[in-house]
Amino acid sequence: MKISIPKLSLVVLIGTSGSGKSTFASKHFLATETLSSDFFRGLVSDDENNQSATTDAFDLLHTVAAKRLERGRLVVIDATNVQRESRAPLVAMARKYHCLPVAIVLNIPEEICQTRNQHRADRSFGPHVIRQQKAQLRKSLRDLKREGFRHIFVLDNVDEIESAVIERVPLWNDRSDEHGPFDIIGDVHGCADELEELLGQLGYLRHTVADPGPGWCNFVYEHPAGRKAVFVGDLVDRGPRILDTLGLVRNMIQQGSGICVPGNHDMKLLRKLSGKDVQITHGLAETMAEIEAVPSDVRDAFCQSLAGFLDSLVSHFVLDNGKLVVAHAGMKESMQGRGSRTVREFALYGETTGETDQFGLPVRCNWAADYRGSAMVVYGHTPVPEPEWLNRTVNVDTGCVFGGKLTAVRYPELTFVSAPARQTYCVPSRPFLPAEQQAPALNAQQLHDDLLDAGDVIGKRIVQTRLHHNVTIREENATAALEVMSRFAANPKWLIYLPPTMSPCETSGLPGLLEHPAEAFAYFRNQGVPQVICEEKHMGSRAVVVVCRDAAVARERFGVMEDESGIVYTRTGRRFFNDSDLERRFLDRVRAALTAEDFWTTHDTSWVCLDCELMPWSAKAQELLRSQYAAVGAAGSASLRTVTAALNQVRPRDGELPAGIAELRQRFGGMGDNITKFVAAYRQYCWSVASLDDIKLAPFHLLASERKVHTHQNHLWHMETLAKVCRHDPQFLLATDFQVIDVTDPDHEQAGVEWWQALTARGGEGMVVKPIDFVVRGMKGLVQPAVKCRGQEYLRIIYGPDYTAEEHLQRLRRRGLGAKRSLALREFALGLEGLERFVRNEPLRRVHECVFGVLALESEPVDPRL
Amino acid sequence: MLLTISTTVQPATDLGFLLHKHPDRCQSFDLSFGKAHVFYPEISAERASAALLLDVDPVGMVRGKSRDQSFLLDHYVNDRPYVASSFLSVAIAQVFRSAMSGRCKERQELAETAIPLSARIDVLPVRGGADFVERIFAPLGYQIQLTRHPLDERFPEWGESPYFSVTISGICRLGELLSHLYVLIPVFDNNKHYFVGDDELEKLLEHGAGWLGTHPEKELISRRYLNHKSSLYREALARLADDDRSDESEADSLPLESLLEQDEQTVPLNDQRLGTVLATLKGSGARSVLDLGCGEGKLLRELIADRQFERIVGMDVSVRALEIAQRRLKLDRAAERQADRVTLIHGSLMYRDERLANFDAAAIVEVIEHLDPPRLSAFERVVFECARPRTIVLTTPNQEYNVKWETLPAGSFRHSDHRFEWTRQEFQQWGERVASQHGYTVRFVPVGPVDERLGSPTQMGVFHRD
Repeated sequence: MKISIPKLSLVVLIGTSGSGKSTFASKHFLATETLSSDFFRGLVSDDENNQSATTDAFDLLHTVAAKRLERGRLVVIDATNVQRESRAPLVAMARKYHCLPVAIVLNIPEEICQTRNQHRADRSFGPHVIRQQKAQLRKSLRDLKREGFRHIFVLDNVDEIESAVIERVPLWNDRSDEHGPFDIIGDVHGCADELEELLGQLGYLRHTVADPGPGWCNFVYEHPAGRKAVFVGDLVDRGPRILDTLGLVRNMIQQGSGICVPGNHDMKLLRKLSGKDVQITHGLAETMAEIEAVPSDVRDAFCQSLAGFLDSLVSHFVLDNGKLVVAHAGMKESMQGRGSRTVREFALYGETTGETDQFGLPVRCNWAADYRGSAMVVYGHTPVPEPEWLNRTVNVDTGCVFGGKLTAVRYPELTFVSAPARQTYCVPSRPFLPAEQQAPALNAQQLHDDLLDAGDVIGKRIVQTRLHHNVTIREENATAALEVMSRFAANPKWLIYLPPTMSPCETSGLPGLLEHPAEAFAYFRNQGVPQVICEEKHMGSRAVVVVCRDAAVARERFGVMEDESGIVYTRTGRRFFNDSDLERRFLDRVRAALTAEDFWTTHDTSWVCLDCELMPWSAKAQELLRSQYAAVGAAGSASLRTVTAALNQVRPRDGELPAGIAELRQRFGGMGDNITKFVAAYRQYCWSVASLDDIKLAPFHLLASERKVHTHQNHLWHMETLAKVCRHDPQFLLATDFQVIDVTDPDHEQAGVEWWQALTARGGEGMVVKPIDFVVRGMKGLVQPAVKCRGQEYLRIIYGPDYTAEEHLQRLRRRGLGAKRSLALREFALGLEGLERFVRNEPLRRVHECVFGVLALESEPVDPRL
Repeated sequence: MLLTISTTVQPATDLGFLLHKHPDRCQSFDLSFGKAHVFYPEISAERASAALLLDVDPVGMVRGKSRDQSFLLDHYVNDRPYVASSFLSVAIAQVFRSAMSGRCKERQELAETAIPLSARIDVLPVRGGADFVERIFAPLGYQIQLTRHPLDERFPEWGESPYFSVTISGICRLGELLSHLYVLIPVFDNNKHYFVGDDELEKLLEHGAGWLGTHPEKELISRRYLNHKSSLYREALARLADDDRSDESEADSLPLESLLEQDEQTVPLNDQRLGTVLATLKGSGARSVLDLGCGEGKLLRELIADRQFERIVGMDVSVRALEIAQRRLKLDRAAERQADRVTLIHGSLMYRDERLANFDAAAIVEVIEHLDPPRLSAFERVVFECARPRTIVLTTPNQEYNVKWETLPAGSFRHSDHRFEWTRQEFQQWGERVASQHGYTVRFVPVGPVDERLGSPTQMGVFHRD
């Protein structure tokens, strides 16, 4: 016997003890698919036959079954299941997860079961047990269908059981192997003129069909490149050429150039054709009138054929390996690819709240707003003025029959093509076109993104990145980030990127030094990178600058309504300036330089995101400077002055200084010199800021602009492009000095070292060494995007005034870079992922997830001096 | 880092005997955190000074530190090597042990005699300013000379540093002077390099014997010396009181809160606010209630005490605050049923949160003024559109009332994290707009003493929907 079951089903084995259920299950199903009551009894009580554990065992079994069904995995229940009460929760569960309950009954004679059980040492119960089970089974057989089992297979003897073959059948809606490309077309409602025009625009060609069948139209459209038109349903009612529309779509499906899911109007027509009492409202009259006009000799045959066609439509389709879902009114993630009445109803009508609006129409639940699935869902049903993306869903019903337009979305291109309605064929009861063109408002996605959901950031998160696989955010780190993000960060709509941390080069062994370029060059050489760029490392505060051409762009592209036209924020997402007027003037100045360079035209964009350093350090780090750096300088200078004086006061006794005084003079004199150097080091990076003229901005990455994250451009391009902008305002914008070094040529390397020495001798912080290319993969995956090499004097403000003493250095040299480097890569990948998602116009929560992730990772404990 | 002890006792060279350190030598001592050196910059019959110079190992301090040590010591860039801190106290106790205990083999009589002494400390970090130095040393009979050092003379706008060169002089026994220094140096700094345990209390009592009990600042000294460990500190006060019966009532009657809380006016206002919020919540008939921004759980404690509230959820964005709340409310030790009634959750009012749905009422006490004004719209939607309890009780400071607090500089906020403080008109406009936008009605209630012209210190909005 061949037993055909849907790929995703809940298989309930029914049979008395000893009927061979477990043997049957192990023969036909995976061990992980089979949930056996005996096994769960053992799991909770260490005894598979402990009947007192039955309740707990089934609790657990049902939990596991539910989890598997939720994840779309087949489940086989291996328990006697001879009682209705034990089957009822299983049927309910199948319904809940929108899969089909299947009953397989092993109905073999009682004697065989009795004999089998007598041979099993662990089955000690008396023969009456099996007798009773058998009686219950007999009674059950009649009721299975009524209980809700959609497929019932009864195997009446041992031979049948032995010879049974299980075949797993994909559901009708599973078209994963169709990869398109597709043109998905919204509700047509009999607007065949517009449909033909649209198909023409999409490149489809019209052919004639030889024998379309009685009453059907005789033309069809096909795409020379094999594209397929996918119809989201509601072909009928209201419009002028309903039967032509039906015929055209049917012919395309038959030719293989079309796919169609049914709409609620199509199904209502089917009920009418099947003789049901249906109200002739909402445009059904126009359909009936066209049918009436079919010549009476073929009308019946046509109606029969039409009903057959409509009945053959499958409620929704899952296409292209699950990446695309098409349904008339949409499809929740939990229902995609599943089959149940609820799924079908959802596909046809969507979900309603049970209320009606002022126009008497049902109020719809906005399932798309809650959608978090990875599959793209294209649907129609509710006319909208413009197709709009929301959480990877798009409604393409642009109300052609109501005087709007007929729209197709091209897949995978994701561009829209429309044919305007030639006239308003029907006046909608709820106006869907805006009465007049209102002031520009937020689009659907931005409206939805106005508020982010705690569920999208709290707890452990795994973020998929293009560059570095999955990045895991641990719960405690997310917790810290939530606090920072909530209390201090700017509007998340502005936060499209946070910069990654940067590791120093390996530790140098040269006397008096902790860092030296040789190690930075060696790192990249060892990673297979021949050429690096050394960029001057400015010592200020990291700043991300987003500049829009004007406030309108900020509104349209970023959804920021506060009449802002850009932002300057810190590496933790805080606004750089508390003074909004200062920020505005700052941005104006950057914008002026960009405009003078004709940046907007050259880069075909209306906004830009820059990675920068903002000087002076004292502008932002005021508190840190006062409480730590200046404080140590003040305490050290004052104390060491007195110490030196006291030591110098010591007079020789009997012509000789007490032993040890000379050493102390030298030692503390040296410390005095060091504290002076320390103060000089931090003073390099401080100056008073009275106005904007005292601030300097050094942009070093042109991160992103419209449609582009500029990681495919190498750092030379970034340096040169930004230098061109900087030269328009040299007072304010600082072009970064750089050198390209061939790390396979020792002479050239030496030139790099000398450049660094000169830089740091002038008081510079040091340099950042990067591979020429923005993203480089080495033998072990992603290579550090940048490694810093800091100067000897600068490091005094990191490791303390006296760190250069060899006694301290030898201990400081023991520093591990592994954690820092791993962190740098994960943050780099997350940062760029956020930008990529933003330029792809993904929902804000998807961008925010990355930004939030960088902030969370920053709370990982890593040596802050690295 | 440098302590210089001088005397003009005749002959001054006896200082060497008193300190047990030979005036012609320079001696070094190994200590756990580095070295200490003793030498005599000046030695003559008229005048002698001895210097105790600390040589703290700054790298070892960070690298070798144990977990108990304060985070302040986490940095290599650290004032510890240059200041007089608990390191100096440790050095005094080890290097001048017998001198501090008043013993002297050669000159015992001199050790027991009050002699002219001075001590110069370079440099003393003082949390509390020059007055504080006076308050601490003057009652002990010292004359005080202070030099305050600027943070950075290049940047006068950064202001003064907390570092002073301090000289105290007076007529006293050397042992006394050293004990005073030993106890008081870490008090100025208000920070210790090591974990404060029970033995620290014993040390305080030992070295404070005879003078600390009558010092007018004994509470502050004890509290700071014991590094704010409240149980140790309270015990210290109690035992000091035993030493000196006359003062016992004062020591125990002061609640810890009011000692820590500088601004005494805020205490009754806090209580009035909680009382008003509680009354409003009770009056609303709510059975399930949210405390959004519950902080350390003051309101939660009141809610738990009232059986009307069957389900109580406190939410805060600060995990630290929640931990304190958890401890204060003793939720981990509560009976199971009680614990089921109360839940603390970590969350943010900037994110829509389904855990906040289906409550009768929400209290949002002194929270919104901590939000950046541009982020208020998110807050409004989270609370009024998504959580949507029937009753929302929201309080915020009334900015007009600020002039009544003389200590509050004009134009400044009541708390450093406040992002705004509203006048009554501003609050009411906001409240009415939000209410009408989200289908609520709102009434405004003053909290605290009402000034005819300025209103009440706290303003409350009660939002309700049917």
